Amino acid sequence: MSKDIIKPENLVYRRTPVLTKNTMHYCPGCGHGTTHRIVAEVIEEMGIQEQTIGIAPVGCAVLAYNYFEVDMQEAAHGRAPALATAVKRLKPDFFVFSYQGDGDLAAIGTAETIHACNRGENITMIFINNGIYGMTGGQMAPTTLEDMKTATSPYGRDIAMMGNPLKITEIVAQLPGTCYVTRQAVYTPALVRKCKRAIRQAFENQKENKGVSFVEVVSNCNSGWKMTPVAANQWLEENMLAFYPLGDLKVSK
Amino acid sequence: MAKGAIVIEIERCKGCGVCIPACPNKVIALSKKVNSKGYNYLEVQNDSCIGCANCAIVCPDGVITVYRAK
Ligand SMILES: Cc1ncc(C[n+]2csc(CCOP(=O)(O)OP(=O)(O)O)c2C)c(N)n1
Ligand code: SF4
Ligand code: SF4
Ligand code: SF4
Ligand SMILES: [Mg+2]
Repeated sequence: MSKDIIKPENLVYRRTPVLTKNTMHYCPGCGHGTTHRIVAEVIEEMGIQEQTIGIAPVGCAVLAYNYFEVDMQEAAHGRAPALATAVKRLKPDFFVFSYQGDGDLAAIGTAETIHACNRGENITMIFINNGIYGMTGGQMAPTTLEDMKTATSPYGRDIAMMGNPLKITEIVAQLPGTCYVTRQAVYTPALVRKCKRAIRQAFENQKENKGVSFVEVVSNCNSGWKMTPVAANQWLEENMLAFYPLGDLKVSK
Repeated sequence: MAKGAIVIEIERCKGCGVCIPACPNKVIALSKKVNSKGYNYLEVQNDSCIGCANCAIVCPDGVITVYRAK
């Protein structure tokens, strides 16, 4: 029966050719993979594969250049917005996006994040917030929630001792150089569709030279959180979204 | 009668299972068998697929191709 249906004219979804054929090294169920896929789908749908340059971070997405079938540059830890600034200024007709985790963007790279957003560079910044340093074994990040257990906060994050979780997205939304700031997630089909529309908007804005478009994706780290992928998505919904609510923080005309 | 069909790239599947709750018709489940990497891969367990593509849209690894009869 399915043989009658599996015909080219009935195709409704296939893996985008803007991803390479490489199997991504991410853990099973990791939101990095989903976010890569929808960024690549946006690039395909806009027809800008030859005019797009991506900037990879340090963190689990350090090998992003192996997965996007576009030109990529690898930044030093936290410096993706600075490198994106340089690339965009040298090639203003190109679409330039940075892709960073929370340790990269909101800890070691805080200065680069804030200053690129304050200068209003005409770039798209994709920010994967999983509340942890995934790559290095699950250490506490600035974004780690209160009471959340990590390798370096084994009894949970104690605010009095370890400080408050950082809402960097709320901070960059205050800066005059950002034109579009939004917080999304990718753990259900509806949320993936919505997040993809946000990423599309964030790339479209580059055509109008509006400044930084900043898309946070609240994501899972099932390895760091020590949960199955499905349980991690549930935990994300119940805990991460209470502190990091989804929706647009800033949409400039 | 099935209106949709999916093709699963077994070797790319990591058996994470995040696609399973996304399916409105309980079409998909993890196999007892494993692929060459040792993951229990996704398989189709009945013919009530409607070709909605929900499973493919949440799959982090782009494992699933979806077809829908016109
Ligand atoms: C200068 C420098 N300091 C520290 C490290 C170690 N290090 C590698 S990745 C990382 C943080 C990764 O966390 P995040 O950006 O949240 O990415 P994730 O893996 O969670 O996606 C750190 C501290 C490094 N590689 N270089
Ligand atoms: S360690 Fe966490 S962020 Fe890194 S690939 Fe695994 S699940 Fe994803
Ligand atoms: S296409 Fe829709 S109905 Fe078919 S298996 Fe996927 S989620 Fe289920
Ligand atoms: S979401 Fe993708 S990788 Fe995970 S079980 Fe389903 S098909 Fe396999
Ligand atoms: Mg992280």
